[in-house]
Amino acid sequence: MAEMKSRVPVREQDPLVRAKNFKEVSFGYNLEEATAEASRCLNCKKPMCMTACPVSVHIPVFISRIVAGDIKGAGEAIAQDSSLPAICGRVCPQETQCEGSCILGKKGEPVAIGRLERFVADWNRENAISADSTAGCQADSAGSCGSNASENCGTAHKKKVAIVGSGPSGLAAASDLAKWGYDVTIYESLHKPGGVLVYGIPEFRLPKEKVVKPEIESVKRLGVKIITNVVIGKTLSVEWLRENYDAVFLGQGAGLPKFSNIPGENLNGVFSANEFLTRNNLMGAFKEGAKTPIYAGSRAVVIGGGNVAMDAARTALRLGADVTIVYRRSMAELPARAEEVHHAQQEGVRFMMLTAPVEVLGNENGWVKALRCQKMTLGEPDASGRRSPIPIEGEFIDIETDTVIPALGTSPNKLIPQTTPGLEISKRGTVVADDDLATSIPGVFAGGDAVTGAATVILAMGAGRKAAASIHKYLNNLMQ
Amino acid sequence: MYRILRKEQLSSVITLFEVEAPFVANAAKPGQFLIVRSLPDSERIPLTVCNFNREKGSVTIVIQTIGASSKELCSLNEGDCVCDVVGPLGLPSEFMNEEPAQVAKRRYVFLAGGLGTAPVYPQAKYLHSIGAGVDVILGAKTESLVILEKELSQVCDNLYICTDDGSKGFKGLVTAKLEELVNAGAKYDMAVAIGPMIMMKFATVTAMKYNIPVVVSMNTLMVDGTGMCGACRVTVGGETKFACVDGPEFNGALVDFDGAMKRSGIFREQEQKANALYEEQRDHKCRIGIGK
Repeated sequence: MAEMKSRVPVREQDPLVRAKNFKEVSFGYNLEEATAEASRCLNCKKPMCMTACPVSVHIPVFISRIVAGDIKGAGEAIAQDSSLPAICGRVCPQETQCEGSCILGKKGEPVAIGRLERFVADWNRENAISADSTAGCQADSAGSCGSNASENCGTAHKKKVAIVGSGPSGLAAASDLAKWGYDVTIYESLHKPGGVLVYGIPEFRLPKEKVVKPEIESVKRLGVKIITNVVIGKTLSVEWLRENYDAVFLGQGAGLPKFSNIPGENLNGVFSANEFLTRNNLMGAFKEGAKTPIYAGSRAVVIGGGNVAMDAARTALRLGADVTIVYRRSMAELPARAEEVHHAQQEGVRFMMLTAPVEVLGNENGWVKALRCQKMTLGEPDASGRRSPIPIEGEFIDIETDTVIPALGTSPNKLIPQTTPGLEISKRGTVVADDDLATSIPGVFAGGDAVTGAATVILAMGAGRKAAASIHKYLNNLMQ
Repeated sequence: MYRILRKEQLSSVITLFEVEAPFVANAAKPGQFLIVRSLPDSERIPLTVCNFNREKGSVTIVIQTIGASSKELCSLNEGDCVCDVVGPLGLPSEFMNEEPAQVAKRRYVFLAGGLGTAPVYPQAKYLHSIGAGVDVILGAKTESLVILEKELSQVCDNLYICTDDGSKGFKGLVTAKLEELVNAGAKYDMAVAIGPMIMMKFATVTAMKYNIPVVVSMNTLMVDGTGMCGACRVTVGGETKFACVDGPEFNGALVDFDGAMKRSGIFREQEQKANALYEEQRDHKCRIGIGK
């Protein structure tokens, strides 16, 4: 058997250069590189990659079209299942999904599916080729209507659907529903659409003007209306939406930052990762002359090991801080994408593992002075399957720092639960939804972080698509 | 778009705007706030709702020029549009959840400090309309900074004006006026203090001295105003609360004002720089005009 070719490497900004700017880390493949990488795909009969994709992108199809030089066609193949390919190609945890299931990965390196998806989306955008226009209801049999939702495909429904939140789940649900002919309106609480894509994920990982905005524009081109500055639960109620629309999708995400409830957490200089990233990303605090302030200090400590912790750490680094990540388990248990950890390390973020914060120490002016941590060791696996951290008695360390940024996850926002009578809420505060993502209120569906708690962009998109199919079915049943 | 229907200069540093925002006007209740962004690159500024007109679809906000962002907003004129208005945010005042007949039995005293007079107005208006007793003690540094006197006088039983320099009404702080009233036999079931944090801290101390339950409205730093960032956290009764979703009103007796005051200064250095830059740029523009 011929020797397996290894992956085509992707060109990136030099770590020491990019650690000082907010430009995108990866330059992505060019046509030649993409074609070479695409030719590694075995075009499996039973593509495991596609099964592992939460939105079931027809991966071998789009990759074979790259090999054939049909990048437009590749874009159309992706557009059947994903309305945000330039985003997913950049932020999906491919190593645990498509690439994690690639047969080539068993003996060598899996096909770089994420980079190829990104290439296709970027190429088509840069060459002003719109993939979405051909993938709608009126398309051929390969069109976007799922088999469970095809009954009334192509007819003008004129039914109205309201979507709460313009993050990944809302955008995914909206684009499917719009393709099927529904009149879709998204309500967004912030002044810019995109949810976590805009306030959470930093510019250097997901460029806003170049990538996010055009993908949102492409959803709008399907006829989706986005109304910003409307907080459902405050400005308008779910009840009002229910009365004024035929169906409602709740995709408001899980917005409330968790704190670790250790002493000193309200000292000046302690910012939740959400606050730190929102100031930086949504409000553009990193830009010259920005009107929203941000403070990283000369030394920053980020608490946590997820993608948000990596984003916060790398943002603080770019703002000029010397950054340490403290995490109570070891490198092996870090929940962040491998690539983010790798990039953070390359850029000079220090990782202090098996270290758990116990107190934020302050100075006489109420500002952070240091983070006191206890050293940990690993014990037996816990409910999550990861080895659980156990404190080592008497072993403490004080890390001197100007800022402390807890990135400990988020919990669901209370605004909708508090103001929606009859909506079943779990003990964790998430919206309860059944297998079809229907909630306890007829005609109201929910998905994404609002239902699962904090997860990933792609899982939220998958939920949005599933809810769209359920809404389609629900509204068809009403008509019969 | 959010058009400015009316702009009124209430004092040299305080401006009132009536802004078209039908959704907000329709849902706003006393005690709530909104967030405004003047221009496409502006900060999000939290402002309390001073009044709302459901028929007209407008909300009234009152703002004091302190730093660059407030000056930027105040530079807008009638007919201009504010880039973003979102709200109403936060919980309405607690009495909005109670039976009006029950609330009407109470006698309220409001302690309003400076700009805090604006959010007092809709509360006093509602309470007065349902028949509750309402006294308002309005404090300002000096006569020219007393705002909304006429409006407030129409929605309360007694309006007492206090100025630090004695240029109008009682000479002294609102807390001294409250002491005077209580010592003279006034009985209050509830106090509401809205103003600078230091004023709310001492208003709470004074109210507690006379066993009057006291509610304060925390004007903290905020970014999104929907519970997403936690910039607004306040320690209340030993627990961390978010002023934007758990408040802005809290039981004054439980609020850690000292901690809250420290937190409000987190970005003071940046704010001063931004203000200096704003002034510099404005002065620069002015000189061009003079040359003509």
